[in-house]
Amino acid sequence: MTQSYTDIANADAVLIMGSNCAEHHPIAFRWVLKAKEAGGVVIHVDPKFSRTSARSDFHVPLRSGTDIAFLGGMCKYILDKKLFFADYVLNYTNASFLVGEKYSFKDGLFSGFDASKKKYDQSQWAFEKDEKGMVKRDKTLANPRCVINVLKNHYERYTLDLVSQVTGVSKDNLLKVYDAFAATGKPDKAGTMLYALGWTQHTVGVQNIRLAGIIQLLLGNFGVAGGGINALRGEPNVQGSTDHALLYGYIPGYHNTSIATWKTLEDYQKANTPKTVDPLSVNWWQNRPKYIVSLLKGWFGDYATKDNDFGYNLLPKLDPGQDCSHLFIFDRMYQGKIKGGFLFGHNPCQSFPNTNKVRKAWDKLDWLVVGEVFHNESTDNFKRPGADPKKCKTEIFLLPSAYRAEKEGTISNSGRWHMWHYKAIDPIGQCRSMGDMVVQIMGRVRALYAKEGGALPDQVLKHELPATFNADEMCKKINGMFTRDTKIGDKEYKKGQLVPAFPLLQTDGSTTSLNWVYCGGYTEAEGNLAKRRDLAQTPMQAKIHLYPKFAWAWPVNRRILYNRAGVDLVGNPYNPDKAVIAWQDGKWVGDVPDGPAKPMAQGGPYPFIMQTEGHGQLYGPGRVDGPLPEHYEPAETPLTVNPFSAQMSNPCMKQVHASEYDVLCKNGDPRFPIVLTTYCMTEHWCSGSETRNGPALLEAEPQQYVEMSPQLAEEKGVKNGDVVVVESLRGRVEAVAMVTVRIKPFTVMGKTVHLVGMPFAFGWTKPKCGDAVNRLTTSVGDPNTTIPEYKACLVNLKKATKVTEL
Amino acid sequence: MPKAILIDTTRCTACRGCQVGCKEWKNFPPVATKQRGTHQNPPDLGPYNVKLVRFSEHMEADGTVKWYFFPDACRHCLDAPCKSGASLPDSIIQDKETGAVIYTEKTAKEDFATIKSSCPYDIPRLDPKTKRIVKCDMCIDRVRANLLPMCVKSCAMGAMSFGERADMLKLAAQRLVAVQKDNPKAQLCDMESVSVIYLVADAPNMYHKFAVAEAANTPGMTRKEMLAGAFSPLRKIAQSLQG
Repeated sequence: MTQSYTDIANADAVLIMGSNCAEHHPIAFRWVLKAKEAGGVVIHVDPKFSRTSARSDFHVPLRSGTDIAFLGGMCKYILDKKLFFADYVLNYTNASFLVGEKYSFKDGLFSGFDASKKKYDQSQWAFEKDEKGMVKRDKTLANPRCVINVLKNHYERYTLDLVSQVTGVSKDNLLKVYDAFAATGKPDKAGTMLYALGWTQHTVGVQNIRLAGIIQLLLGNFGVAGGGINALRGEPNVQGSTDHALLYGYIPGYHNTSIATWKTLEDYQKANTPKTVDPLSVNWWQNRPKYIVSLLKGWFGDYATKDNDFGYNLLPKLDPGQDCSHLFIFDRMYQGKIKGGFLFGHNPCQSFPNTNKVRKAWDKLDWLVVGEVFHNESTDNFKRPGADPKKCKTEIFLLPSAYRAEKEGTISNSGRWHMWHYKAIDPIGQCRSMGDMVVQIMGRVRALYAKEGGALPDQVLKHELPATFNADEMCKKINGMFTRDTKIGDKEYKKGQLVPAFPLLQTDGSTTSLNWVYCGGYTEAEGNLAKRRDLAQTPMQAKIHLYPKFAWAWPVNRRILYNRAGVDLVGNPYNPDKAVIAWQDGKWVGDVPDGPAKPMAQGGPYPFIMQTEGHGQLYGPGRVDGPLPEHYEPAETPLTVNPFSAQMSNPCMKQVHASEYDVLCKNGDPRFPIVLTTYCMTEHWCSGSETRNGPALLEAEPQQYVEMSPQLAEEKGVKNGDVVVVESLRGRVEAVAMVTVRIKPFTVMGKTVHLVGMPFAFGWTKPKCGDAVNRLTTSVGDPNTTIPEYKACLVNLKKATKVTEL
Repeated sequence: MPKAILIDTTRCTACRGCQVGCKEWKNFPPVATKQRGTHQNPPDLGPYNVKLVRFSEHMEADGTVKWYFFPDACRHCLDAPCKSGASLPDSIIQDKETGAVIYTEKTAKEDFATIKSSCPYDIPRLDPKTKRIVKCDMCIDRVRANLLPMCVKSCAMGAMSFGERADMLKLAAQRLVAVQKDNPKAQLCDMESVSVIYLVADAPNMYHKFAVAEAANTPGMTRKEMLAGAFSPLRKIAQSLQG
């Protein structure tokens, strides 16, 4: 999130798209209701009418997988009608930058595409630079290669007629949303966009969000109260786990995982530290080397010295282009190339796509360690329906986990608030927290290594490991400490003292920090700031629901990112009634500003400090599948032609091929004419492996269902409450038909397209509740993230003649 | 001082925190349910479900969908017809301090059909094991300990408020004015005669057949008579005559 949850209440327009906020982020929705009651308009764009829609001003149904067409139309509408915030766009975005002559876009493909590798040569999309290396700009915006003109040109095809035909949204409904949201392009109005997995879980997931970012830049909605792009992240601490690099491609603090060709620390730093010659660009990532060295120093302690590259060579390295995301991990597992592993907080045999394949892949492991609270489809996969436990070769160790209330620690919410939670009771029986398990297991492995030796001994033995796990101590290490007495400017810091904030982190090994973004969250004076519960605020902060003393937000307790874009060049807030920061008497007041420097009119820097050139990126050459979002159909589509171009699906889409299950329908496959979208539920949490064990929850939502329109039900001879079989090319699932007016057939390119929706919470370990809906979904993913396309695939359905799963 | 609960259905998202929270607090056993083509589950109030979120969906002529949520439970009538309908003096009592209508263990000796039919909101249910008649008790145990009723406590949306009746009436009136701006049919259900007041944005029967006490729900009686319990003794006599 660029904002915090509380900030949603400040919005004049709330666009909830790719999210079912009320059902899946109920507490966030409380702030949506506050915005609505204060006169804001709440818009829900989603394939089905849900409990979110019920509380919104209006709901607009959209065919799943067509968000870019929908938003591209909005982009064109804003540009054509000149509804954008002109000063903001000119001063704070890269609208005036000149795109290089090598850039082109023809019939669905950008320049530089290598069809054999399904990859672009991204250098062809670069900006044009002068001899000094400055990006060329035309502030008159007359040059046809100005970003704003390239943008206009790109979305010229996204006419109301075509967008309506592709998305299945009526023109009236399109205009209703476009008008309501584009009205926030005025300086004193703000619109927020709330999204979740409905945007990310597509083969164009990243570009969905890129386009949302483009619209918010055009409307001047970053840096202001009630604006921004807000990813509603999962309750399983998705924000915290992303910050701390749960994903294979990153190490903590948003740094790339090392690759084999970066042989030395210097190679790594050079490849990952952006440079600009523009003195007005803060280019914050130029500080990366400090964060990397402090991270290595935190990991490897005294062992890490300048002479041994601070232990850089102990880090595991990927081969260039190697993908270790779960689609590929399970593909390799299916091929028998993975022997064993540890599983915490996941239920892949239920929640990963193409589950029939995943379950078979799981069978091929020699050993498996699972930390879990309850038995689930992954712990018990060997005795799933149809499997013979005697034939399973996997040795499984089930470690009983402490439940949430049985351990202390922190959660980072979507608004980047680092919040402490206390232990209510001791874990029952032999249950332990995951931190305790990891420290104990690793401690014993190290003891064995010390005694007997083993493969890669330095990697195992050189990192710092505490004797016991202590969450509060871990917070200190994450914040970082001085490793020796150090003088910075005229201030002296003692060895062991906490580093006050990340600008003080160093490249010489004098500081540690396990995650620079959290540096400043644990102070000598106030302790662990995640424990703060003070609601005090200034009158200015009170106007925008900003609580600077409640918990702590990264970075440096800034609650609204890019807040320097919320003021004009002299530092006056664009919306004085809801000011985030303001330049008063020679200093900034309000939220923590993006740096203390003066306003731009006094020579201060550009506001988008994380971007190399300091400007919000309407045109963004950093993503692998294009500098501008383009509509492509999902990997499985009911259409035979993509009306926007000859390119049917994302040309860079990630795909695996190992098994008979890795199959896709041909375009417009008559055998599977229905679009399936999948989702979680209010009553069950994720795969349901915990909540299906909550009797009152299971009572409220007991069994797998499939939501469908009355029209489809009539076509298929299905009545409400009948059991149906839903089939895709990859599997079949039994479900109870929920026939409802909340789902409507779409008219797409003149034809009726039906959509059905199914939750993924029901699995076979709870008898007669149904089984994994992901047996239907596809093993394809976004090219930037490899997030699978859970939200759109093709199915058919019929009334069940025999019921076994329900 | 009598208490009241205001349930503002325009803020309810049917998360069912109240339904689940109530059941957990009361330590009621689970009920086996089936998916029947609706989110409403269990299908109805029961001895182990004294709070139930009811779902009702409608499509208007222009295609607009309305989905209404109604967290149903006892209204704790100011002058409770079920109390008047009881044969024993202490099977159904009203707590003077809060106004909560409480069913004691002596309800096992009452005629269930009589008590059930006396209720204009179709609330009382029979526990087949204990033979007691069961319904919401306004969490009298919690309220006496200065805690909020469980449903109110668990309401994440702020749709439920609990407090002094006078304060709740004031709040209800304020919310009604605000909601009526966009919803001319909005109303406060039976505000003058109950302690649990529902604010609905549309005609009450669009939410639930028994959202308000209507004479139509109990043949042969006007609402006033029914609420006053005037006919309860007569009905009892009639029933005994019928055998």
